[in-house]
Amino acid sequence: MYGQLIVEGLSIGACYAVFGIAVVIIYKTSEVINFAQGEMAMISTFVAYHILNVYGWPFWYAFIGALFFAVLLGVFIEVCFLRPAKDPTVLGLIVITLGAEMLLMGLASWKWGAEQKDFALPFSFHKTHELFKGVVINDWSIAVFVMAAVLMIFLYIFFRYTKLGVAMRATQQNEHAARIMGIKVERVFSFAWGFSSLIGALAGMFFAARSTLDPAYMMEPFLRAFAAAVLGGLMSIPGVVIGGGILGILENFVGFHWPAWKPIVAFLVIVAVLCIRPSGLFARHYEKKV
Amino acid sequence: MDMKRDYYEDVQLFESNVVLFWTVVLLVFLFTLPLYVPSYRFSLFNLVLVHVILAVGLNILVGNTGQISLGHAGFFAIGAYGTTLLMTKLGLPFVLALPLAAFISSAFGFILGLPALRLEGPYLSIATLGFGLTVTHIIGHWDFFGGRTGLQVPPLDLGGGFILKTDVQKYYLILIITIFLVLSARNLLKTRVGRAFVAIRDSDIAAEVIGVNLLIYKTLSFAVSAFYAGIAGGLFGFVLGFFNPEPFNLILSIVFLVMIVVGGLGAIAGSIMGATLITILQYSLLKNIKEVPYVGPFMVDISSRWFTVIGLENLNSIVLGLIMIAIVIFEPLGIYGIWLRIKKYWRTWPF
Repeated sequence: MYGQLIVEGLSIGACYAVFGIAVVIIYKTSEVINFAQGEMAMISTFVAYHILNVYGWPFWYAFIGALFFAVLLGVFIEVCFLRPAKDPTVLGLIVITLGAEMLLMGLASWKWGAEQKDFALPFSFHKTHELFKGVVINDWSIAVFVMAAVLMIFLYIFFRYTKLGVAMRATQQNEHAARIMGIKVERVFSFAWGFSSLIGALAGMFFAARSTLDPAYMMEPFLRAFAAAVLGGLMSIPGVVIGGGILGILENFVGFHWPAWKPIVAFLVIVAVLCIRPSGLFARHYEKKV
Repeated sequence: MDMKRDYYEDVQLFESNVVLFWTVVLLVFLFTLPLYVPSYRFSLFNLVLVHVILAVGLNILVGNTGQISLGHAGFFAIGAYGTTLLMTKLGLPFVLALPLAAFISSAFGFILGLPALRLEGPYLSIATLGFGLTVTHIIGHWDFFGGRTGLQVPPLDLGGGFILKTDVQKYYLILIITIFLVLSARNLLKTRVGRAFVAIRDSDIAAEVIGVNLLIYKTLSFAVSAFYAGIAGGLFGFVLGFFNPEPFNLILSIVFLVMIVVGGLGAIAGSIMGATLITILQYSLLKNIKEVPYVGPFMVDISSRWFTVIGLENLNSIVLGLIMIAIVIFEPLGIYGIWLRIKKYWRTWPF
């Protein structure tokens, strides 16, 4: 019983983690909390749905098309909404991304209506494999685990060995110094937004397959993934994966014993953790300079 | 330009006789408003006033103390449910139930202020956001609070059988409470407490060094702000007459934040203008966009060609989102900033 709960918790936790990575990449490079992340993924998933159901193209075309759209959307939001803001405050940045969220949500409900739709991935929930005695795992979970693992390895290599990855880390540590060293900081930001939007769209399609597709479906997963990212410290990618895992398992256990409290347990845990370690479990706390 | 020569000049309620004159004109206009405007409009005006109270309170927290809150719908809900339940379950009169509910709300504000002592920026926003969601979740799932079906608001009895029934009567009550609370906020910000808030906003470490007790003033700011939200929530219940947990969601918290950002952070006049503008836009203009001449049919045409006509009401959130983005990019000080610039321009005109 508990083994099953842990496996399911880990799989949904891995999905939170992948989505949390999208939040972390943007925060890591530009110190912006992207509240529009969920809606960016939502609208990309709707694009996939549109290609599938209106144009009737095969799934993988829709998949690639949606990811392509996600990259464009991420770059668009960075270039048009965030870049023109001159020296914005933390609150200003939050307001911009919240505005983008409302904008995208309104556009999606205007275009596709508020009713729930089915969105299926080729990885079904019903095809299960027995791991141990009494513990089964379905195709969806396997796909999520594989995606998370591949993404982790890729990001590890990317941030450590590629020029662009190092440039992103440099930009995060000190924007002015990075600029002086010849890094085109604006391009790094745009890249970060496009890349993060792509990862978000990936996770968004998995969430849509798990529940249904409607303009508000990414709200809850986004908040959970955000919570996982905060738990991990908002800065570290291993941190968000561990945070996602903890959150998924915890949520599944609480959901099993006290189903009514499942939606809020994440936040109670987060607030408790933040009171003890104000910048998450896996990030160093920098003292602010006056 | 605005040189203050002594302390009393700085703390007085009206800066000059001109301000006093226009304030009196505005008040007279507001009190005689039922003479010029048909009475079916007044439920909208009541909503505007309720949001003005809330925005003034939220601005004390966000604009003056510099703490982000994405959970004000939670305090709003506590005020609404607290007032109604104190009246129906305990049988308290309205005049007692409203302040009591607001004090309950401010107690929750104090509790939420405790984690804020160690958190800032994004971390604080997630903590407050979690608070708002938790409150909505609890009132939605506990039968004591009416569950998903909602609560019927009792008659608004001011005591002695003097019951307010129409929107215009409620308008006078809410107007008086609003004026009182706005003046209190203005005075509060001119006292030691208000200056401490501003010091915390500008730099909490520096504020602590010069002797501002962060524990007291940060939690106090949350508590004051929650008190305003509580009063606003209690009145909001009476404006609606019937409510369920549904409206007190994250979007509402965002809309509250939009009001003060659009109006102008840290300015009371700004929160009043922002709340008025956003409320009228949200609850009147964009909701009935189809009836607006010229624009309405055009939008319906666009919708039926490329979008869905049913989804047209989502124009509301599209416009709100665009306003939020545009304000931060083009005018970070909000409407109040525009007003200040106009004033400055005319003061030295034609030079």
